[in-house]
Amino acid sequence: MVHGEIWTIKELFVTPNEYIYWSVQIVMYPFMTGLVAGAFVLSSLYHVFGIKELKDIARFALVFSFALLFVAPMPIMLHLQFPFRGINVMMTSHFTSAIAAFGIVFFTYGAIVASELWFLYRKHFVVKANALRDVQDKTMLQWMEYLMYTGLTLGAFDISEQALHRDEKAIKVLAGIGIPVACFLHGYAGFIFGSVKANALWMTPLMPVIFIMSAIVSGIALCMITYIVVMEYRKFMIKRARKRWETSLEEVKGAELHVVTMTAKYLVFFLIFAISLELLDLIFRGYTAVKSWDMLRTIIYERDFYDIFIMQYGIGNLIPLILFLSPGLTIRRAVLGVLLVLFGVFMMRWNVVIGGQAFSLTFAGFMHYHLPIIPHDWETFKEGLGGALSIFLMPFVLFYFIAKVFPVFSAKESH
Amino acid sequence: MITRRDFLKKTVTIAGVAVPLAAFEIIDPEKLFAQVAAEKTKVRWVFLVDTYKCVGCGFCVKACKNENEVPYDANVTRTWVERYVLTKDGRLFADTPKGARDGFATTRIDLGLGKYQDIKKDNIEKAYFVPKLCNQCENPPCVQVCPVGATYQAPDGVVLVDRTWCIGCGYCIMACPYGVRFFHPVHHTAEKCNFCYHRITKGMKTACVEACAFGARKIGNIKDPNDPVTKIIRTERVGVLKSEFGTKPQAFYIGLDEEVR
Repeated sequence: MVHGEIWTIKELFVTPNEYIYWSVQIVMYPFMTGLVAGAFVLSSLYHVFGIKELKDIARFALVFSFALLFVAPMPIMLHLQFPFRGINVMMTSHFTSAIAAFGIVFFTYGAIVASELWFLYRKHFVVKANALRDVQDKTMLQWMEYLMYTGLTLGAFDISEQALHRDEKAIKVLAGIGIPVACFLHGYAGFIFGSVKANALWMTPLMPVIFIMSAIVSGIALCMITYIVVMEYRKFMIKRARKRWETSLEEVKGAELHVVTMTAKYLVFFLIFAISLELLDLIFRGYTAVKSWDMLRTIIYERDFYDIFIMQYGIGNLIPLILFLSPGLTIRRAVLGVLLVLFGVFMMRWNVVIGGQAFSLTFAGFMHYHLPIIPHDWETFKEGLGGALSIFLMPFVLFYFIAKVFPVFSAKESH
Repeated sequence: MITRRDFLKKTVTIAGVAVPLAAFEIIDPEKLFAQVAAEKTKVRWVFLVDTYKCVGCGFCVKACKNENEVPYDANVTRTWVERYVLTKDGRLFADTPKGARDGFATTRIDLGLGKYQDIKKDNIEKAYFVPKLCNQCENPPCVQVCPVGATYQAPDGVVLVDRTWCIGCGYCIMACPYGVRFFHPVHHTAEKCNFCYHRITKGMKTACVEACAFGARKIGNIKDPNDPVTKIIRTERVGVLKSEFGTKPQAFYIGLDEEVR
């Protein structure tokens, strides 16, 4: 069977080679890179602009961004017909292609996040390494830990006030450079779509900007939800431990409302920006009404009406806006809001990627996408619900392990 | 203090080293390839389709599939034929069942989803067939977007795919405004019409041109003023598909209708 045939249903006049070639993994790709960029921008709001209320979530967002970073190229790998040739993108980059920039942008960004993390956690590594060095009769595990932390210090054991001050300066500079790079990382994902002149729905110079805005929205939303869940879980565990043994005197601290409220403000700000741009694009297309508009109107207002106006704008944008903007925000309402925002951003990616392939190049036929839910071979798994869910869960699993080395909440040793 | 002897010695040594170094020149392989190719061939392949002559038999599609080893039953094809029917009540119908591999055996229009439209003969205002294939654009968007350079334009204008280097991202398929690209069902790499490159470079015609009994398809060299195809393109009224994309397509059509997509 031809690639794409299994999940594509053609209607009316569609040319023989047209299928939905870019399926759910290409929806996941901008979604995940969006989360990476968004999480980083959130952390930079504290480090660069010194927004104190975001201090708690900033460190968390940076570590989470690092975990997400490893997942960002995964959807592409699952999508490629030859995943092992994927490295060719970096080996023989063909620079007239937007995708060819991936290696450079991705590694630049990765280097910035990694170095910022290192400066942020250097003191922690040194303290850990020193403490482990002093342990007599180390166990195997302690030896390994000792070696790991010593390695992570990269030999920089100076944790005097001066040295730490320099670290802070470096973090600020890196976070500053990181913002445009993060925006570029995602803006270029938007460019990949926006520059396809053959696709009437994708081709707009606004696409990269729309992608960046919705990326920041989704990144903030994901950080908020993870922050709330982790904090509440910690509170729950400590409470339970206390009940059982009544020994722990640790301060029980759940998700802080003021942190959530403050972050929500930024989320709403970027969300409004994103919606405005998307609506501008829509109005502009309708007003100029070039040749493709007849087809696009049919797709936007008829065929995909439910996905675009109910799921994306209604459930994903309007309801969260109401939830966040009505007075007296509670944690519970915030949780519902951010979940809907994440869903809305996912639907936006879906409507762009799948919606852009919902019509034929002939402008006289349609293609329907049927997401493979129950896989019956490797292809229907990786480009189906299973593959998409695995990609979505991967950053959380990675975060669990990364957070063991970069503790996000016991803030005492790091700054 | 440098002696005359030392000075001469050093000068000779430096000069001796410098001369062989200068003998090396950094050669840009792409430039070299273009130079050699341009000298060898004064060729720019173009295609000419006379839509008046096409009867929709689909022999070209069959021949192409066999020649280029695109699985016969796979629902993809390097070339195909479209049928357009305009009715007296102003409606446009178009279809290309299986790329017209088996010709248009019935007058019913294939609407997809297993539905068909009967059109009464006396309701037809005009109807015609349009063969499609790769336009071997002068400014090919598929080549532009390939992230690894696996698809490239030969000096004679034909756009080719390196099956050993294609990563299968599908960006070229998305970028082509003509829908000529697809994933090969066996090789899983991007696949497209290459004007039967293995044939035309040996002085033969493409498989589809050979198979067309009506002379609807012709291939020629636009750089050769004596080529009959060149003469037609230069002297008659021909059109190209979707010129608005700036791709500068090199498949020319006689009798191209406004309705052709």
